[in-house]
Amino acid sequence: MSAPAAGRYVGQSVHRKEDPRLLTGHGRYIDDVVLPRLLHAAFVRSDLPSAVIRSIDTRAALELEGVVAVLTGADLNPGAGTLQPSMMAENPDAIVPPLKPLADGDVRFVGDPVAVVIAESRAIAEDAVELVDVDYEPREAVASMEAAIADGAPVVHPELGSNVAMDIALPENPELEAAFASAAHVVTERLVQHRHTPVPMETRGIVASYDRVTDQLEVWLSTQGPHEARRAFSRVAGIPERHVHVRMGDVGGGFGQKFFTPREEQTIVCVAKHLGASVKWIEDRRENLLASNHARSDIATVSVALDAEGHILGMKFDHLEEAGAWPVGGTGGTGPFAAMLLPGPYKVPKVWWRSRVVWTNTCGRGAYRGPWMFESVAREEIMDFAARASGIDPLELRRRNVVADDAQPFTTATGMTFDRVTPATTLEQAARVLGYDDFRAQQASARAEGRLLGLGIGLYIEPTSTPAATLGVEAATVRVESGGGVTVFLGTAAHGQSIETTMAQVVAEHLGVDYDDVKVVQGDTDRTPFGGGTGGSRTAVIAGNATREAALKVRDMVVEVAAHMLEAAPEDLEVAEGRIAVRGTPVRNVSLADVAAAVHNAGTGLPSDTPRLLEATGRYETPSPTWSNACHICTVEVHPVTGQVEILRYVVSEDCGRMLNPMVVEGQVHGGVVQGIGGVLYEHFVYDESGNPLTTTFLDYLLPTAAESPRIEIDHVVTDGPNPSGVKGMGEGGAIGSVPAVFNAVADALAQVGATVTEQPLTPVRLVEALEAVGA
Amino acid sequence: MAEHHVHCVVNGAKQRGIVESRTTLADFLREGLGLTGTHLACEHGVCGACTVLVDGKAVRACLMLAVQADGHEVTTVEGIASPDGTLSPVQQAFVDCHGLQCGFCTPGFVVSVTSFLEANPDPTEAEIREGISGNLCRCTGYQGIVEAVKLAAARMRDGAGVGQ
Ligand code: FES
Ligand code: FES
Repeated sequence: MSAPAAGRYVGQSVHRKEDPRLLTGHGRYIDDVVLPRLLHAAFVRSDLPSAVIRSIDTRAALELEGVVAVLTGADLNPGAGTLQPSMMAENPDAIVPPLKPLADGDVRFVGDPVAVVIAESRAIAEDAVELVDVDYEPREAVASMEAAIADGAPVVHPELGSNVAMDIALPENPELEAAFASAAHVVTERLVQHRHTPVPMETRGIVASYDRVTDQLEVWLSTQGPHEARRAFSRVAGIPERHVHVRMGDVGGGFGQKFFTPREEQTIVCVAKHLGASVKWIEDRRENLLASNHARSDIATVSVALDAEGHILGMKFDHLEEAGAWPVGGTGGTGPFAAMLLPGPYKVPKVWWRSRVVWTNTCGRGAYRGPWMFESVAREEIMDFAARASGIDPLELRRRNVVADDAQPFTTATGMTFDRVTPATTLEQAARVLGYDDFRAQQASARAEGRLLGLGIGLYIEPTSTPAATLGVEAATVRVESGGGVTVFLGTAAHGQSIETTMAQVVAEHLGVDYDDVKVVQGDTDRTPFGGGTGGSRTAVIAGNATREAALKVRDMVVEVAAHMLEAAPEDLEVAEGRIAVRGTPVRNVSLADVAAAVHNAGTGLPSDTPRLLEATGRYETPSPTWSNACHICTVEVHPVTGQVEILRYVVSEDCGRMLNPMVVEGQVHGGVVQGIGGVLYEHFVYDESGNPLTTTFLDYLLPTAAESPRIEIDHVVTDGPNPSGVKGMGEGGAIGSVPAVFNAVADALAQVGATVTEQPLTPVRLVEALEAVGA
Repeated sequence: MAEHHVHCVVNGAKQRGIVESRTTLADFLREGLGLTGTHLACEHGVCGACTVLVDGKAVRACLMLAVQADGHEVTTVEGIASPDGTLSPVQQAFVDCHGLQCGFCTPGFVVSVTSFLEANPDPTEAEIREGISGNLCRCTGYQGIVEAVKLAAARMRDGAGVGQ
């Protein structure tokens, strides 16, 4: 498939507008915000996984010089509104535990905020935290899903009566059972993805300032969604939405953790209102690892049935998803959505699934880059088990089952309709770039020398820009300023995605101005249109098409005014690089600055029916998910004695439609892939059996460094997305395909000696044990 | 809490302040001097976001006390570009190679890489990856950063010099 021609700006790897300030220390992140008479907050957190609070003694803390207040649930909880995000708060059927700003008589995980100290400095606040004496009566806790669903298990949320938050299943399907009964091969495995956590390099943080006279709340926030945050703060503190102003500056990553508005931020807003003061809270790393929403933690029994030629006859998926105690965003998981995406890029005639969500006395689950991605883990891993069981090569097995590019639209057995996706093409492209057959030969000769090489494939179709409530729509306002410069106002919330760059490219392209003359404003609820936030791979598609529409509208206005000035027909004019000229007579032209001057000054002779302002708003609503797809192939060497995994090659073939900026697209893939690698090989948030966390520093919670990260080779397939710009979302995909690719590569290496792994993370210890179990 | 006077040179300018014994160099730079380019991402010495140069050597400002900087010269990320704003070869290479996304780790990388290339002006890719492995980045997968170090090294060998 040939790439469509790039535009003058759209499709070019232009330099980022964000870079100069960030490279010189001139960015402004949340901890850089300082206000007069600013107070500092630190939380007293539970060190028990489950306990009743008998009493809280704050006297010693209050006596410390510089301490202003020590607040508990008794101070902040009465009168506080719901802490759930809008999509849960507005849904009467939502399953939500009784979350309050601070612990309400008991604690339900280690890290649960019990009290908050407000002091003149963070150091004093932390000193005072040590002086708050909480008397607990410990209760038995459940620290894993299996413990939580066992008979007689202690209940995490007594109000809800059960540790199963949700249990949905399709009815048994006799046709599927018959297919399994007649299958040549049936493979069933219990597959586990362990708990890890997003770990943005900038932790969470907020500065909240409340004025009692005006009932005005000013907030600076490290967030992925300032407009949703405004709604949340309005609800929790009972302040009208129009009196809540949320701003964000530069944000040091989020990956889903800052998408909704977490509990501590809402609590700090309640504190600011309670005290009528300005309060800052900056999460420290221990708090971030301990108590900021965790991710993953899924177990599924997955079955696939194949006929003798390797065609899939059906799949079964019995899925347990861990919600923790206080998930962010409902149950924090995706449940049935993961099940419905399970067939992915393959023709799977029949599917059965059951989806259960389980409460435990652990940190709550929340979004992390591809929150539903366990479907890809389960499917791609079971495909490789099926390949081994049937003796069909894993690439060949995928070829026999993949949905062809020209067989679309294609509706899965779970009711998802895919169109304009290219899983078959990306599968072949990735295999070609890697040199699939050569690697298999190399693997065999390495084996003869006693070495263990392996190859893994991760093939997936990803829903981007999903039409869910406020997430399905964006508006953008483009304005030509009085001097001819251009500003675009967006409801987006960039935290690394280069939105200032890519949306300026879109405006420059469609309005016909220089990229350097465009400024992007976002992250300010008083200045920008409402937006659902940056996440869910939605900005390029939804905000991008809204921006394009706004730019085209303003271009029409500019042409209309210029037509009067040039005494020409509008259709005879062309706009490029900020000049409007008569086509074929380029000497007859005006600049955008001339047009702006004509509009903004009196006495310029414009008729009354010309535009009064050079400003327009575009809106884009996505009618359905925009499907992206990719194939990841990874090769590894597993050291048979140490269990160490070295990644040899890493190849990605992806189709995200037309790219606004290929450099930015590839950067997103690189980052996502390394997060996935970290998740499979290194990152593990561990609780002991009683619910005590063991990995609350970077010495225990291991992130990949440059030394462990591979060079990633990326190739593109470009199929226009189903929208005017032809784009598809892509921010999450890197973190989806990489997980099964890396897992399958290690499993493939081990399978040569008969060793098996089914659980992540693939630590050296686990691999050595797997090898020892087969005497290898 | 005992208080101490600290006198040091930061980015070429004389600075002084009064700090508690426990105040870290990072907190003194950020809160005492308003130099917020130095970032804190772990405060326990692992991530490298807080890296600054003390007498030309890269150190973690979260692990050093402000009082220890008394009488020394400190360079922060704010002191790496030329006074007229021209980016250093390392900073320019980060622009050219997409070596940053959210930018939170970036000051630490810019300072670490500046120091690394002074010690090793012609590194191999493996040496680069090892050399920057004391700095964590969660966004880039390190690929753009590694490319940037290579490009900066090549340009500096061609005579641009480390801009400071
Ligand atoms: S903040 Fe100093 S090393 Fe992480
Ligand atoms: S650019 Fe975001 S952490 Fe490195």
